[in-house]
Amino acid sequence: MGTSVPPPASVLPAAPLPVLQVEDLSIRFPGPGGSLADDQGAVTALHGLSFDLAPGQVIGIVGESGSGKSAAALALLGLHRGTAAQVGGAIRLHREGLPPMDVTTVGDEELRRVRGSELAMVFQEPLTSLDPYRRVGTQIAAVHRLHNGSNRATARKHAAEALDRVGIDSATRYGAYPHEFSGGMRQRALIAMALVLRPRVLVADEPTTALDVTVQAQILDLLDGLRAETGMGLVLISHDLGVVAGIADDVLVLRRGEVVERGPAMTVLGAPEHEYTKALLAAVPRLDSVLPAQRKSAPLPASVPTPVSAPVPAKAEVGGAVAEETDGQGASAGVGEGEGAGEDALVRVEKLTVRYPGGSRGGSDVHALKGVDLTVRRGESLGIVGESGSGKTTLGRTLVRLLEPTEGRVLYRGQDIGAWRGRTLRHSRRELQMVFQDPTSSLNPRRSLGDSVAEPLRVQGLRDPRRLRAEAGELLERVGLNSALYDRYPHQVSGGQRQRAAIARALILKPQLVVCDEPVSALDVTTQAQVVALLAQLRADFDLTLVFIAHDLAVVRQVSDRIAVMRQGQVVETLAAADLADASHPYTRALLAAAPVPDPEAAREQRKARAAVA
Amino acid sequence: MTRFLLRRLFGALGVLLALSAVVYAIFYLIPGDPAVLACGKGCTAPQLEAVRHSLGTDRPIVVQYWTFLTTLVAGHSFNTGPTTVWCSAPCLGYSYQSSEPVTQMLLQRLPVDVSLTLGAAVMWLLLGIGAGLYSARRPGSLRDRATTFTVLTLSSTPVFILALFLLVVACVWLQVLPFPNYVPITEDPGQWAQNLILPWLAIALVSAATYARLTRSGVLETLSLDHIRTLRAYGWSERRIVTRHAIRGALPTLATMAAMDIGTTMAGAVFTETMFGLPGLGKLVVDSASSLDLPVVCGITLLAGTLIILANTAADVLNAALDPRVRI
Repeated sequence: MGTSVPPPASVLPAAPLPVLQVEDLSIRFPGPGGSLADDQGAVTALHGLSFDLAPGQVIGIVGESGSGKSAAALALLGLHRGTAAQVGGAIRLHREGLPPMDVTTVGDEELRRVRGSELAMVFQEPLTSLDPYRRVGTQIAAVHRLHNGSNRATARKHAAEALDRVGIDSATRYGAYPHEFSGGMRQRALIAMALVLRPRVLVADEPTTALDVTVQAQILDLLDGLRAETGMGLVLISHDLGVVAGIADDVLVLRRGEVVERGPAMTVLGAPEHEYTKALLAAVPRLDSVLPAQRKSAPLPASVPTPVSAPVPAKAEVGGAVAEETDGQGASAGVGEGEGAGEDALVRVEKLTVRYPGGSRGGSDVHALKGVDLTVRRGESLGIVGESGSGKTTLGRTLVRLLEPTEGRVLYRGQDIGAWRGRTLRHSRRELQMVFQDPTSSLNPRRSLGDSVAEPLRVQGLRDPRRLRAEAGELLERVGLNSALYDRYPHQVSGGQRQRAAIARALILKPQLVVCDEPVSALDVTTQAQVVALLAQLRADFDLTLVFIAHDLAVVRQVSDRIAVMRQGQVVETLAAADLADASHPYTRALLAAAPVPDPEAAREQRKARAAVA
Repeated sequence: MTRFLLRRLFGALGVLLALSAVVYAIFYLIPGDPAVLACGKGCTAPQLEAVRHSLGTDRPIVVQYWTFLTTLVAGHSFNTGPTTVWCSAPCLGYSYQSSEPVTQMLLQRLPVDVSLTLGAAVMWLLLGIGAGLYSARRPGSLRDRATTFTVLTLSSTPVFILALFLLVVACVWLQVLPFPNYVPITEDPGQWAQNLILPWLAIALVSAATYARLTRSGVLETLSLDHIRTLRAYGWSERRIVTRHAIRGALPTLATMAAMDIGTTMAGAVFTETMFGLPGLGKLVVDSASSLDLPVVCGITLLAGTLIILANTAADVLNAALDPRVRI
């Protein structure tokens, strides 16, 4: 058992030596045949990445999926060992009184000893990164025992301290299992695991991607505080420029394995030089962009007295496509109390309650929705925002009758959709369609894209293969997919293309109402912007009524005329998208305050404001 | 938990009722008359009639079935000619062929199968999980392939061939063991174990394959999960990850499988019992079925059903114990 006691983490004064030096790091994955030759399908995931990480410094690595950032993160801890990946270059870990260790070449046993104690990692998937069979506290204590050879009691004490430090009450939650924690708490627990040995370097790979915005803000604040407190170097990897902007000192922008731009966060994100960085920034949906339908220009005072910088021109054009069709609709009058305007209501939700039965151990029922009243007007785009567990997905599914209400009803053109039976139900389903969050799992992997799109027609009774093909092919074109993709399978196309196909499938029956449940949250920012623009376009083309569900306020704001904010199964506020800045409900304001901003200066201000409130 | 067990109990009663009805129906449909068999050669028509009457097979099947059910809960007296035998509940009937109450016959033989099964289960779990872990440590390696090959060869060997092979090797060539002759554990535990080693091994070698493969695939699947990556990133050794953590992912499946296998083997291992001359349930059911001894066959079927339901329930309880996320 290694007894490498971590040195006291003291921040060295001026011009500290780097704790981690990465030199010319490259990673190559062999092709299906195991060959590393280009023509055999081998891929270079990362090429020539170099950086120095000083104690207490935060380096942000940004890029879209496929940019090689996660491969880089794993390489920093030598986690490519035992896989087919080929890692080149050097990763030198500097420790006091010891010669530098090159992670890429050092022996397995020596590397094992620094993992966790000197180099720690926090992963993207907090929900699955803890051992489901063991108690959270025990898992953290086990790491302490493994590296320090400490006894049970000591390890327990340290684990409890680490938990307390990340804001989990160790007195009551030490013995909990991971599944008893929310996503945010699990990520905190993982951070506690990373902290228990006071490592010199923490690699955080998309630590907040799976989390709600308010939780995301807490985790980032926590990481920032710990860095300052313990002097550990932090490598923060994210696709979200907003996440990096608020915390990173230096930023590296990765594109297809190459660094295209690097420098201080202020420079890279404030005044980017490279086209790619500019494109990334432009694609980020912003709460302070000028909405097309917005007459009055309202720079967003993000909650509390926070002087947010004025909207940067030229970055606000992402939602451009929304302009044409929201015109004339604008922010209709009397938005908040518009529920009574029954004539133009396409769907009316009355006192909708959905309960999921509790566990058989006599656990109480879960109220997913508690008496929701809501109106969706014909032709409008209604955004529904809320964090996980707020009931927004349940509401969306109930709207298209994928779920039955426990109480209350959903009226579509005045008819109770719960009363539809048999043929009426099947026929009426044409009118109400849904687009799901993750196209990878909502498209049948064994069916070609075209077949998936044609499927609803087949279900509705169309059998002629030529007509099916023609109609599905046409729709693929409408959503911006070449009909040559008709015979491709989901795994052969990109995430954005998959979601386009999923949208085409929802539209092929010419529905009146399309409910999109987090349609872009599984996509990269640039793809996100394209899909959002596509939805706006299609809404005009097909004369659709759109319900757009998302956790990201900025995205919802781009596509919606009105926004309903949900929390704990209730709609706490309904307001026009243009009036979001004037939201009155404290929860809406909290959401606004937590939303990440890709502008480093604004992000820092926002953080300070949060700290002041806390 | 209590609610779960109660629900299971009611479900089990339904299943057993249906099971006994099906057995009765099958016996009614297949050709052959138990009375003819019971009466023997040179049986006259009036004699046959009398035997039918005493067996009760002259009455409608529904009445017979109803009698069977009431006998089970309330007991029944059976007229065996010279005397009358009282069979107390739970009475599964009376076998005129063996002149014994069925319940008693089953209770005599059950210990044999329990001994056989429990010993074999320990062996097949050790062998199977061991082999699975051994090959999962280095998937695709020579040792993985060699293990898989051995295990598959054994599992595709019929148990009677394997039994014969074991007998020949151990008792004839090497002469390290006497020919098995069942001794109850209550008489002499040493003899009991010595005589059962070969039958245990025969069953274990055949069954271990399933467990080896389940362990291997379960461990490998778990190894690709995120929480294992966390363990690697925090410096756990690969060996410890496989033997302490990844095995947890395979355990629920293994437990389910083991409970089911134990349940079914206990209800009779025909080939093994026959090969090793063990007086167990498997042999009894074959003999009784061929001599159309309906009460015995029905009794064994119900016992088997009960054992399998018990095994299933045990599997569910085990699953909940092994995985904190499962609640019953």
